[in-house]
Amino acid sequence: MLTHVKRQNAVRVKLSGELDHNSAGPIRTQLDSLIADPSITRLELDLNDLSFMDSSGIGMIIGRYKLMARRGGTMAVLNGNRHVDRIFEMAGLYQIIEKLA
Amino acid sequence: MSIMNEMRMDFLARPENEAFARMVISAFMLPTNPTLEQLGDVKTAVSEAVTNAIVHAYHGNGGTVRMRAVLDSDLMLTVDIVDNGCGIEDIEQARQPFYSSDPGLERSGMGFTVMESFMDEVKVFSQRGRGTMVRMCKSLAAEMPVAQRA
Repeated sequence: MLTHVKRQNAVRVKLSGELDHNSAGPIRTQLDSLIADPSITRLELDLNDLSFMDSSGIGMIIGRYKLMARRGGTMAVLNGNRHVDRIFEMAGLYQIIEKLA
Repeated sequence: MSIMNEMRMDFLARPENEAFARMVISAFMLPTNPTLEQLGDVKTAVSEAVTNAIVHAYHGNGGTVRMRAVLDSDLMLTVDIVDNGCGIEDIEQARQPFYSSDPGLERSGMGFTVMESFMDEVKVFSQRGRGTMVRMCKSLAAEMPVAQRA
């Protein structure tokens, strides 16, 4: 599931439930429609309520990062979930995606 | 060391069964009173192996995935994920971080790296045209506080 808040050129999206190969496709489609407007230059993903993520989630998130980077935008995550945090650390995602407190 | 519990199940290689396989392995582990971290580690590793079977072994065209789990009296968990799909041509290459045979599909190429990070041991047996078995082991024994270690 996915809810979002838009302010000026930024979109913050809250993901909940599980992010695996099965759910990554529909979530990707929804995210891409939220950031379709090229004037959006910042994407913030709130992952605090994500109960599970695996490497399919890594692929989906790197894909959105590339999309934002191509238009000179940035990406950040809120990540209070220990499991998801470990996956981010393992994949080195914090080297390219800012972690918000 | 003797077998304390054992399970096996066959399921269709459909994406919705990734969550199903995670739930089953969680339920199988629960009587050992695992930590949340151990549960998360095994669920994630199983999810990676099952996703590989669905996406790479069968290319999304169905087929059967078998999950077999054994728990021995030392609380060593062994999980096998077995498919009869296309097999892996170069296992060493497949295990490299960020390598994907389908780079165009936003696959991260981190599946085996996740399995290796979260389990104690990962072995891959594969034969072209015959299928693949991933065998993963992890000790579920309670971790001793550092002060009590010999």
